[in-house]
Amino acid sequence: MLRLGHRPDALIEVLHTVQQSFGYLDDDALRYVSTSLHVPLSKAYGVATFYSLFTLRPQGEHTCVVCTGTACHIKGSTMILNRIRSRFGIGPKQTTADNQISLLTARCLGACSIAPAVVYDGEAKGKQAPDDVIARLEEW
Amino acid sequence: MTDLVTTDGVPGAREADVDKPVRRSRRMTGPQVVGHARATAAVCQAAGCLSAQSDQVFEEITAQLIADGVTDVAVKRVGCLGLCAAGPLVEVPETGELFRQVSPDDVSDLVTRLKDAKPVETKPALEPFFSRQHRVVLENCGKVDPENIDDYVSRKGYRGLTRAVTELTPQQVIDEISKSGLRGRGGAGYPTGLKWATVAKQPSGEKYVVCNADEGDPGAFMDRSVLESDPYRVLEGMAIAAYAVGASHGYVYCRAEYPLAVQRLKAAIHRAEKAGYLGAAIAQSTFKFTVELRLGAGAFVCGEETALIASIQGGRGTPVPRPPFPAASGLRGKPTLINNVESFASVPVILREGGEAYAQVGVGKSRGTKVFALAGRIVNGGLIEVPLGIKLRDVIFDIGGGVPDGRKFKAVQTGGPSGGCIPEDLLDMSVDYESLLAAGSFMGSGGMIVMDDTSCMVDVARYFMDFCREESCGKCVPCRVGTTELHMMLTKITEGRATLADLVQLESVAAMVRDTSLCGLGQGAPNPVFSTLRYFRDEYLAHIVDHVCPAGVCALSGGESVA
Ligand SMILES: Cc1cc2nc3c(=O)[nH]c(=O)nc-3n(C[C@H](O)[C@H](O)[C@H](O)COP(=O)(O)O)c2cc1C
Ligand code: FES
Repeated sequence: MLRLGHRPDALIEVLHTVQQSFGYLDDDALRYVSTSLHVPLSKAYGVATFYSLFTLRPQGEHTCVVCTGTACHIKGSTMILNRIRSRFGIGPKQTTADNQISLLTARCLGACSIAPAVVYDGEAKGKQAPDDVIARLEEW
Repeated sequence: MTDLVTTDGVPGAREADVDKPVRRSRRMTGPQVVGHARATAAVCQAAGCLSAQSDQVFEEITAQLIADGVTDVAVKRVGCLGLCAAGPLVEVPETGELFRQVSPDDVSDLVTRLKDAKPVETKPALEPFFSRQHRVVLENCGKVDPENIDDYVSRKGYRGLTRAVTELTPQQVIDEISKSGLRGRGGAGYPTGLKWATVAKQPSGEKYVVCNADEGDPGAFMDRSVLESDPYRVLEGMAIAAYAVGASHGYVYCRAEYPLAVQRLKAAIHRAEKAGYLGAAIAQSTFKFTVELRLGAGAFVCGEETALIASIQGGRGTPVPRPPFPAASGLRGKPTLINNVESFASVPVILREGGEAYAQVGVGKSRGTKVFALAGRIVNGGLIEVPLGIKLRDVIFDIGGGVPDGRKFKAVQTGGPSGGCIPEDLLDMSVDYESLLAAGSFMGSGGMIVMDDTSCMVDVARYFMDFCREESCGKCVPCRVGTTELHMMLTKITEGRATLADLVQLESVAAMVRDTSLCGLGQGAPNPVFSTLRYFRDEYLAHIVDHVCPAGVCALSGGESVA
């Protein structure tokens, strides 16, 4: 926060940094950010809920992001999601009961020419068949 | 392939292709080259190839060359080589060879070839994927090391900016841009020269230049590739714009989904400042310009310029009605110039070679070249740049190599969620702003997604409506409620529960959303519905009347189902 200066217009940057460090934005974090940047708590909360990359809930040990952009849709990302649901019982924005895997979706990761794309714990992979995805998630 | 730039009439420097002295950074460097390198392995380090371990390919090749004591072959990190679907890619510019799907576990063949590679006089004939392209914005893409400013400078980088600030008045710079005929590459195609002139003529005082790197269209990756492969070009374009309109501070608003682009931009801003191409006294003149990076956080609507401004100021990205246009009152209420990444990336060449030279290619009111991202059911998926006015068929079949697996082409989707689907009958149309609009689609930012007979057009329309419904910021009612309503109707059709009366209602609600929404998101949202109804009405009827999905995508409940 020091690096970004205590400027109200740095709110989104600061929320990114906090989320990177703690994994999610809880009430305490939002309260702290709002006082330090001199923005109303309602604004901090409003921004945190407006943008889909911010999450207010803790994530599982591992995260899997399935791209549902157009190219990936055409190449079968829905099938991947269906397979994950039937194997692990979770849909987008859900975490398995043992807190191991959180499933997220993204609207295009810019890897469209190697669709369908999936990100495993921050590592992007292209040309993922449903079987590849399931095999990878089972390792976790 | 190295010749692409030169053979296409835009003179490009060749000198930098070879023998860059090996760098000293934290990154693993290539082997120590003694004297001039005889050959170079240019390893793509853009996101597509990196996701297939091209960084390990770089390290493997380097390790083997060092182990074998080879001292006259260089290994270089470059940006996107274009043929992303066949990555990881390695090019040897001296021989014109392009190696595909190079596995980090098996680089020995490639290393053997490198050991006895000799520069050749006549390079092997280029395949249509490369020969039909015309690279202007992408002239350095896959040639320069994106993190090395010297490499950029050695390929005529910063000549445009230097010429602008030392030889031309701001008005002359704007004239040059107007002469080029450049139009906004972010979607709407507004004449860039006119936009710059509008900002320039606002009373002097604080003004801003903003680069829109939000690239929200799903299925598009042009801006990402440019930022990852040649970031200095975008910064140079912004600096030229700032000089022309009288701004001294700028922002790049980049979506957070592109971590590599963000990282390279940050590094580029830092190095450009150190080298005197950003900051005070640019190119030894009195012109001053600084750039800051701002991150998005996953909201499509933030690509819309007024929403983008709200987001840069740290707020929720909700659009406001225009006028006032940002050119008069934008960031912090000051005059603000907003252009897309590719628009800025076109600027250095225009200043370097002149606006008239740039306008040589193109058709009608669409001058110059356009970068497209080819994806979907297409053989050569990747990043391409073509002269405006090229035939759509040539893009998809010559450059793109057509549809794989012997399947039949059905449609190409352009323009993202506000665009449309173009059917086979129209493949001979010219690719330009006006023709695409007339065909019920939209230039958009440059994503082209090819579909074959395995795609259901009603499902595609529903897909885009789902996207717009989720991404609607919720501020205006027609968009918030209308997109949800339309999505429900389309779902009803794909599930085989709709009647012909629903189809009539679909069209009337779609027209209402188009005509009454506040911003481009809602106004454009019904477009995929209109275009699929226009060209593929039979597929709608098949779902409604016959209860079948001809492509076998939708699971219909009413009547029999083919799925
Ligand atoms: C919903 C919506 C999303 C948009 N998304 C983008 C985008 O991701 N990138 C972009 O450059 N322009 C986008 N635009 C267009 C911008 O509003 C603006 O016209 C453009 O950045 C201007 O730059 P240009 O004149 O260089 O094209 C979007 C517009 C709308 C209505
Ligand atoms: S559509 Fe999935 S990466 Fe672009």
